[in-house]
Amino acid sequence: MGWEFWSKQLDEEELVADGGYDEYSAGSSSRAAGMNGSGPTKLVDPLEDPLPGVGTYEDFNTIDWVREKSKDRDRHREITNKSRESTVALLHSVSDAFSGWLLMLLVGLMAGSLAGGIDIAAHWMTDLKEGVCLIGFWFNHEHCCWTSNETTFQERDSCPQWKSWAELIAGTAQGPFAYIVNYLMYIFWALLFSFLAVTLVRAFAPYACGSGIPEIKTILSGFIIRGYLGKWTLIIKTITLVLAVSSGLSLGKEGPLVHVACCCANILCHLFTKYRKNEAKRREVLSAAAAVGVSVAFGAPIGGVLFSLEEVSYYFPLKTLWRSFFAALVAAFTLRSINPFGNSRLVLFYVEFHAPWHLLELAPFILLGIFGGLWGALFIKANIAWCRMRKTTRLGHYPVIEVLLVTAVTALIAFPNSYTRMSGAELISELFNDCSLLDSSQLCGYKQPVNTSETGVDNNLADRPAGAGLYTALWQLALALIFKILITVITFGMKVPSGLFIPSMAVGAIAGRLLGVGMEQLAYYNHDWLIFRGWCSPGADCITPGLYAMVGAAACLGGVTRMTVSLVVIMFELTGGLEYIVPLMAATMTSKWVADAFGREGIYEAHIRLNGYPFLEPKEEFEHSSLAVDVMRPRRGDPALAVLTQDSMTIGEVETLVESTHYSGFPVVVSQESQRLVGFVLRRDLLISIDNARKRQDGIVSASLVVFTEHCPAQPPEAPPPLRLRGIIDLSPFTVTDHTPMDITVDIFRKLGLRQCLVTHNGRLLGIITKKDILKHMAQIANRDPDSILFN
Amino acid sequence: MKFLFGVEAFCLACFVLLSQVSAKNSEDIRCKCICPPYREVEGQIYKQNVSLKDCNCLHVVEPMPVDGKDVEAYCLRCECKYEERSSGTIKVTIIIYLSILGLLLLYMVYLTLLEPMLKRRLFGHSQLIHSDDDVVGDQQPFANAHNVLSRSHSRPNMLNKVEHAQQRWRRQVQEQRKSVFDRHVVLS
Repeated sequence: MGWEFWSKQLDEEELVADGGYDEYSAGSSSRAAGMNGSGPTKLVDPLEDPLPGVGTYEDFNTIDWVREKSKDRDRHREITNKSRESTVALLHSVSDAFSGWLLMLLVGLMAGSLAGGIDIAAHWMTDLKEGVCLIGFWFNHEHCCWTSNETTFQERDSCPQWKSWAELIAGTAQGPFAYIVNYLMYIFWALLFSFLAVTLVRAFAPYACGSGIPEIKTILSGFIIRGYLGKWTLIIKTITLVLAVSSGLSLGKEGPLVHVACCCANILCHLFTKYRKNEAKRREVLSAAAAVGVSVAFGAPIGGVLFSLEEVSYYFPLKTLWRSFFAALVAAFTLRSINPFGNSRLVLFYVEFHAPWHLLELAPFILLGIFGGLWGALFIKANIAWCRMRKTTRLGHYPVIEVLLVTAVTALIAFPNSYTRMSGAELISELFNDCSLLDSSQLCGYKQPVNTSETGVDNNLADRPAGAGLYTALWQLALALIFKILITVITFGMKVPSGLFIPSMAVGAIAGRLLGVGMEQLAYYNHDWLIFRGWCSPGADCITPGLYAMVGAAACLGGVTRMTVSLVVIMFELTGGLEYIVPLMAATMTSKWVADAFGREGIYEAHIRLNGYPFLEPKEEFEHSSLAVDVMRPRRGDPALAVLTQDSMTIGEVETLVESTHYSGFPVVVSQESQRLVGFVLRRDLLISIDNARKRQDGIVSASLVVFTEHCPAQPPEAPPPLRLRGIIDLSPFTVTDHTPMDITVDIFRKLGLRQCLVTHNGRLLGIITKKDILKHMAQIANRDPDSILFN
Repeated sequence: MKFLFGVEAFCLACFVLLSQVSAKNSEDIRCKCICPPYREVEGQIYKQNVSLKDCNCLHVVEPMPVDGKDVEAYCLRCECKYEERSSGTIKVTIIIYLSILGLLLLYMVYLTLLEPMLKRRLFGHSQLIHSDDDVVGDQQPFANAHNVLSRSHSRPNMLNKVEHAQQRWRRQVQEQRKSVFDRHVVLS
């Protein structure tokens, strides 16, 4: 029975109570004494001690923003009032104000150091698939050959200290046998890493899989998922992210880094009372942590703040803007001082060219934008279809085998092509790079010019025809493009931590570079065409394929995530190329428009809808002309609304009512006949109070009256003492009349963060509208299945 | 659990400190000069452990492949960069990472293989207390909780608290696993 379920839950929680905080799960009920206020009107009975557990929320429920915010205001007022009394209280109030900044500093430090560790470990493990360093097994390929003098201009990364697996096992470095040994070892390591990743996730923290951004968006809008931002999730996500990235799968680490940063923030919130006890304040810190996550992923603090503002956060007060920026900067600085890239640079793909671009090049940039938009729309549809298949069919019953199969396919196909064998970030750096005489990679394999007079003094590789190396690179890149487009669809969403920024950027960069090289060769062979005449004379360096790669990367990422300003800012912080804002903006805008023509949702909103989270989209407009009475419950034909009366129900009756329904809250009325509204009480608070009263207070039996008013009604002398529950009732619930249009009601829900709203008619209580009802109604209007909204 | 978290926090602290404190090995700085092909001379890469002020073509490119009057033209094309790294940080990070990974794998092996065997041997087949078998309904975990609690009343000490916390944690992970892997309710 439901009642026994609850009382056992409380038994167990109380027994483990003493000794501080055993768990760091999100929103765990505060077991120590010292409670939060009890609603917008603080009428705590002075004889009644605040109960632990009252004012907290159940798992998979939405918080009450209004209540949390007013609790915080009450607390702040109390501290300010007390601060005038003594110096200690004054210091307390100063430290309370300062605690927010201290928390941001700690979040930045912790997230920055974790990200530095993840970067170093990921670089090492990725290279472990190819070989080992003999002078110290902890060095990756680049660092192994760092001091060696045997590197040549053509072979920049070969040195005797680095041995590939073929050399160690078979003794040779060349020849078909060595190739096969390398191939097999590559597949072996990839399978081992992905197997470890998925078994660790499954065994210790199943919430650590996936990207994390859709769930964090939902959490920030007020939803509670206990354990999602806990310490085990943090540990497992950190460890398995490195394993997943190193296994060669087509995924990135940016989304999971946002999750890692939010876990750090949630854990550090437990050090400060102000944030531990208040869900709304905690979500302010989590918004800042999301900014920190993107900032350490890319080395882009401003882009991180804008990403948090645009994509992840629900309510973003201006105070959070400054604090997020501070935290993001601290994290970026910590990352820089750890120096994982070995060159003291904050940016990931530093672009060193400053070649100008011409207005006519906007046409191919817009073409890249269209490609990005098309790819984004296609990717979202395909990925959601694949994830839905994983959710509903037998494919979802074998997560470990699925991961192993996908890794095997990826490793099998990726090894022969050098552009898919390298990690995503390396591929993007190489594609963004502008070719000069100092480069010797295949992508810069241009032919020598016809007249070999060395008149130039710089190293510009201007205006040359493509050589054999470049042609090989081009068709390898085309194959890599097709492969990456197909494999990312099935990789994103697997049961290992997976992000999608780097794969999308890689797809866009490849497409951009191909187009750029095409344009460059077109210009070389046709200098006298109308479009090239004037600005692209023979010998001039007019077209930079690296810039096209950058623009393509931005377009594809924008098409998938539908980011706008934050994407442009991230791109130019990533590359340091401030001159290229206009092409980036043109491509991003085009890609967003084209992708929006196919479907309004980005990938994260699509995943939220797939999972049925109760997320009320803040950007959508409610266009239908229904009234509140159409959406409220109970509808015609349903049983009447379950209400409590203010002083005429006994404990037994209340328990029966609560047990027989699943509602998470009950309106309180003056009497059943008048149905005049008094307030609203939550199920959880009610059950905790009644259970506590039965145990602690004398004389409370099932026949005791439950009283929500200030003064108890007159009772015969032999009646058992009444239970006074004035402290847990919310005396100012929000109401609308039955003729309120639904768009105003939805606006109220969105702006105030309500969970439920009561509907009155001529002053009498008529029904209730919850957030779930609104979401179901919106789904029905859009011809979607209303039963897909799962949570409350 | 608290212990593991404490260990991780300690490791993080060490790591951040070490990255600042680790002595600047002479091996950890270098000046890398890349010189492109010039006339008959091939492209070359030169590396030397010099400090920032000496990081230019004349100090690093040895032996100079061209003579006297061509040196300036050759050096104009070379690009020299000063780079620093901290090999101590890399070493410490990788070792910490591998040890945490090893600990987790050992713990996983212990939980899945060794613990049921040990419990069965110690307590016999009759008591179902510590079995983390499939949960049939909502009642099962709390039925177990009552058994555990009744036992814990008799021996309230540190070991029991740890045991109890571990039981609770395992139940939570099981719930999470059910929602994510079996019912596909969260995180499709």
